[in-house]
Amino acid sequence: MNIVVYIKQTFDTEAKIVLDGSGKIDANGVNLIINPYDEFAIEEGIRLKEKLGGEVTIVSIGGARAQEAIRTGLAMGADKGVLVTDAALENADEWANAEVLAKAVSQIPCDILLAGRIAIDDGASQIGVRLAEILNVPSISSVLKLDIAGTHATVTREIDGGTETIEADLPLVITAQKGLNDPRYPSVAGIMKAKKKPLQTLSLADLGLSAGDLAQKMSVLKYTLPDARQAGRKIPGDAAPAAQELARLLHEEAKIL
Amino acid sequence: MAKGIMIIVEQRNLEIRKVSLELLSQGRKIADETSEPLVAVVLGQGIDGLASTVASYGADKVILIDDAKLADYTTGAYTSALNKLIRKEEPQAVLIGNTAIGKDLAPRLAQRLGVGLASDCTGMETDASSFLTFKRPIYAGKAFEYLASNVRPILATIRPNTFALAAPDASRNAEVVKEAADIDAADLRAILKEVAIAASERPDLTEANIIVSGGRGMKGPENYVILEALADVIGAAVGASRAAVDSGWKEHKFQVGQTGKTVAPTLYIACGISGAIQHLAGMGSSKFIVAINKDPEANIFNVADYGIVGDLFEVVPVLTEELKKIVK
Ligand SMILES: Cc1cc2nc3c(=O)[nH]c(=O)nc-3n(C[C@H](O)[C@H](O)[C@H](O)COP(=O)(O)OP(=O)(O)OC[C@H]3O[C@@H](n4cnc5c(N)ncnc54)[C@H](O)[C@@H]3O)c2cc1C
Ligand SMILES: Nc1ncnc2c1ncn2[C@@H]1O[C@H](COP(=O)(O)O)[C@@H](O)[C@H]1O
Repeated sequence: MNIVVYIKQTFDTEAKIVLDGSGKIDANGVNLIINPYDEFAIEEGIRLKEKLGGEVTIVSIGGARAQEAIRTGLAMGADKGVLVTDAALENADEWANAEVLAKAVSQIPCDILLAGRIAIDDGASQIGVRLAEILNVPSISSVLKLDIAGTHATVTREIDGGTETIEADLPLVITAQKGLNDPRYPSVAGIMKAKKKPLQTLSLADLGLSAGDLAQKMSVLKYTLPDARQAGRKIPGDAAPAAQELARLLHEEAKIL
Repeated sequence: MAKGIMIIVEQRNLEIRKVSLELLSQGRKIADETSEPLVAVVLGQGIDGLASTVASYGADKVILIDDAKLADYTTGAYTSALNKLIRKEEPQAVLIGNTAIGKDLAPRLAQRLGVGLASDCTGMETDASSFLTFKRPIYAGKAFEYLASNVRPILATIRPNTFALAAPDASRNAEVVKEAADIDAADLRAILKEVAIAASERPDLTEANIIVSGGRGMKGPENYVILEALADVIGAAVGASRAAVDSGWKEHKFQVGQTGKTVAPTLYIACGISGAIQHLAGMGSSKFIVAINKDPEANIFNVADYGIVGDLFEVVPVLTEELKKIVK
């Protein structure tokens, strides 16, 4: 079984967002983590390997620091990593990233490809589904449960207000939602082993692509930060009169209820 | 030449989602501003009866794609049908609600059309050179990004509650056109076996106008009944912090925050929630925030419009009783 897991390195969820001198998101001094949803994807990939045999390849586009994220995935139990890193990808949109990520696995006969439901930085929720379209395989997004028997998958996914069960033959792309599993922590032995596992770094040229192939479909015009919210007022008094006053204010002052 | 603004109208069990009506309402305004036609597309089975509602919200043209294969949403069938329709109609822009269906459909459709996608937008403006520009939250609401598409059609998914609903006008007429679905067999490889909708009389978190949310201060799953009682009086959805979800008190689908749902209701009532940065990321753009917390130093008070420092078990029941009198 050839299992591919796509991971993105993102800002720590604790990170405060600030803009740099050129009005872009400032990554200076920010702790980086594996996108939380991608941890579910890695865990699921490793569990599939443990059950069905095969190999787990982690694929990522990112800067040099993304190697740390891939090493963490290798320490959890994945077998090898591919990092696509190229200055020309700095402003790549989802379409371009998906094209590159698809190209990066064109030499691997994949049975299942796993991505996260959403990256918590750009919040696009696009890449996994776009990859499936490029690779011409079905995609099932926001997956809570995955069962594979032979070459057949039975999948439960989240929808608004409930769930759906979908069946499809491999190869298949799924995007992981929280609830799919509990990701393991890398063991000390795992971390030692990970240092020797293969991690290949590729440029666009290595993939046979050039910046010109990836002209943006979408342009970012600017970034802004939300207006700082002002602390409002605390309603004084004991619980009961304060609650009565709150109800009155919501009705008469805020006019919401 | 690209022409028109196309709204993909989402229906489930022949009921049109509110966000689709919001998009029609705003689409009408843009259509008037830009002198472009407003085209609505409804997919499903037995959907003829929906055309008049869609027309009443301002569509100039309603395209019905009626097919047994579209009765329930599947990625493949919907992508197949819409890809062909969009190539034929060549709209300037296609707008879809950012619902479970929209999130799944739009990226696949965008990739098949070879275009970009502005996902989960909370703002949209007309623009002389780009036709439309979009505002969308990134880092779960800690920043915003403004986008323009360099290609046509422009594709965007819009978060529910972003645009106001217009008053429907039953006297409005639209040209109603039926199109064949023409779904490729290759798009039917994933088969929908079962849809399980949890029975709930409460609105969906992402569409709710009011949310009552409980955190670790709720002390246990059994205590959510007091929030539910409040929610039922004011027609609210019930949410939770990650601490409550991780404690197993509430399912993850109720989690608000950076790794849960991002919500922007008119009113968000946070009960026993400290206001961690990841929680604020998910609800910080609510129009009005109320906090009930016994710790006067809790961070949630820094973003709350009204706060009560007190025990939620004493405050919430009184609030519920008071609001009962007001909203009855
Ligand atoms: C990667 C990552 C992702 C995360 N994503 C999310 C997310 O999506 N959503 C999220 O919410 N969090 C998220 N978190 C967790 C976040 O950091 C906080 O731990 C969490 O929000 C705390 O939940 P809480 O406010 O309910 O609990 P606490 O911080 O423990 O606060 C409980 C509050 O209840 C008050 N209280 C207690 N008893 C009462 C009472 N009787 N009456 C009134 N008030 C009372 C206390 O004063 C306290 O302020 C994430 C964390 C990480 C690391
Ligand atoms: N730069 C990247 N490298 C590898 N995988 C990515 C990258 N960006 C996004 N993905 C994958 O696509 C998922 C959804 O990302 P997004 O569409 O950006 O929200 C992520 O959870 C990852 O699995």
